[in-house]
Amino acid sequence: MIIRKLLIANRGEIAVRIIRAARELGISTVQAHSAVDAGMLAVKMADEAVNIGPPHAAKSYLNIGNILKAAAETGADAVHPGYGFLAENAAFADAVEAAGLIFIGPRGDSIRVMGDKVAARVAAEAAGVPVVPGSNGRIDDPEHARHIAMAVGFPVMIKAAAGGGGRGIRIAHDMAEFEALMPQASTEAKAAFGDGGLYIEKVIERARHIEVQVLGDGRRAIHCFERECSLQRRRQKVWEEAPSAVLPQAVREKLCASAVALAEAVSYRGAGTLEYLYDDETHRFYFIEMNTRIQVEHPVTEMITGIDLVREMIRIAGGGPLSVRQEDVRMRGHAIEVRINAEDPARNFQPAPGTVTALRIPGGPGTRFDTMLYQGCEVPPFYDSLLGKLIVWDETRQGAIARMARALDELEVEGLPTTKPLHRLLARDDSVAGAQFHTRWLEPWLEANAHRLNS
Amino acid sequence: MAQLLSPLPGTFYRRPAPDKPAYKNDGDKVAKGDVIGLIEVMKSFTEVKADAAGKITFIAGNEEPVMAGQPLAEIG
Repeated sequence: MIIRKLLIANRGEIAVRIIRAARELGISTVQAHSAVDAGMLAVKMADEAVNIGPPHAAKSYLNIGNILKAAAETGADAVHPGYGFLAENAAFADAVEAAGLIFIGPRGDSIRVMGDKVAARVAAEAAGVPVVPGSNGRIDDPEHARHIAMAVGFPVMIKAAAGGGGRGIRIAHDMAEFEALMPQASTEAKAAFGDGGLYIEKVIERARHIEVQVLGDGRRAIHCFERECSLQRRRQKVWEEAPSAVLPQAVREKLCASAVALAEAVSYRGAGTLEYLYDDETHRFYFIEMNTRIQVEHPVTEMITGIDLVREMIRIAGGGPLSVRQEDVRMRGHAIEVRINAEDPARNFQPAPGTVTALRIPGGPGTRFDTMLYQGCEVPPFYDSLLGKLIVWDETRQGAIARMARALDELEVEGLPTTKPLHRLLARDDSVAGAQFHTRWLEPWLEANAHRLNS
Repeated sequence: MAQLLSPLPGTFYRRPAPDKPAYKNDGDKVAKGDVIGLIEVMKSFTEVKADAAGKITFIAGNEEPVMAGQPLAEIG
């Protein structure tokens, strides 16, 4: 089936990104938006726009009924969920297909399996992909839980089977703490996700976060190499790179092959990302979860491979086979992305909605800025704080960091604080230059450098 | 009667979680410093505390979008 009209069930910079891909494919676009988002950039760029409800996301961007009604009324034949909101909601994917429309993403059943961390772990093990030592499945029996915690060794992580985005995770350093945290974690998981199921994983100390981009057409899958996203604050990625600066080529090949094996084992369709922890002392990697959607940091992969991932996922959803063969996916150079958020680094990253009174967007060689911003735009308080992503590419990592520092100096956003000052410091930091970091590196660095962020 | 104003723009919540009872109901006595609701700004939550003691009457509803400085409740 050929897609003629695509409804975008998202907002912000990713909506803009999807409109660009659709337009290049000759597909017309319908931008769904909440009442407060009528002036957003994606609404201005799309061919049509539909109000899908009040500002509160539960009543608009998460309102399946309103979104399907908007698609029917505008004659859209496909829906792109972007990331966040309904992107990994299996019931939404099913509902879109039941309405006779194309869902730009995997089948609902794939989302269901890979979205459940326990089921995903079982699928990974079956495909021969290494997983973090822990419970092979959910645990309901406290005695069994104690036994596993002892077997894998402290510290251990207690995670909600239905959790995500870093939510619902607790760390126990010893048995006493473990006994205290288990019931709390279960109650909280029940309240937050409607499912009190838990599982346990060993904490890999000083791990790096490395993830592999895959594309599948339901039959065949390919990888587009890895990204490293070890610089995180409160488990939210801050600075992302492709490729990882520390992965030996032989390990890269094994890692990427494992991602393809798992994607093919679940007959994956669309763009997806397999996240791993990587221990660069032992060179071992452990699968942690799969994200069944396009990710925020997808541009760094596009910059090193030249593949337009969003265009490719729309093509695949339209029924086409993968247009790229694995042997034709080559990487060249190094790309870095930083997230420009409406947060004040001088005030502990307090979110700061407002109006953009002046804007200067960086340009020049190897520089890309994916953003929802324009001069005069309103940044409402109802959604996340991501304003845009500054992405640079150069032949070498060192060159890319210098280019990032230069591009950040060019970027000016007035009217609200942004995370630009943090990135300016990171781009000039020796540990960052040497790729000497892990997932718990940034938070102590932020404490030590608080005075420099206050100025 | 003193009005309690929203300190931030965002979404006002009268309960700590969707399945929990409201912090306070109309007519409840509150003490200065009591938590009466939450404001969500870009997925980050800030508690709203009573700035006076007395009987509370809500003006803003649960999950209502509010602006900074908008009255949330009256206390008196």
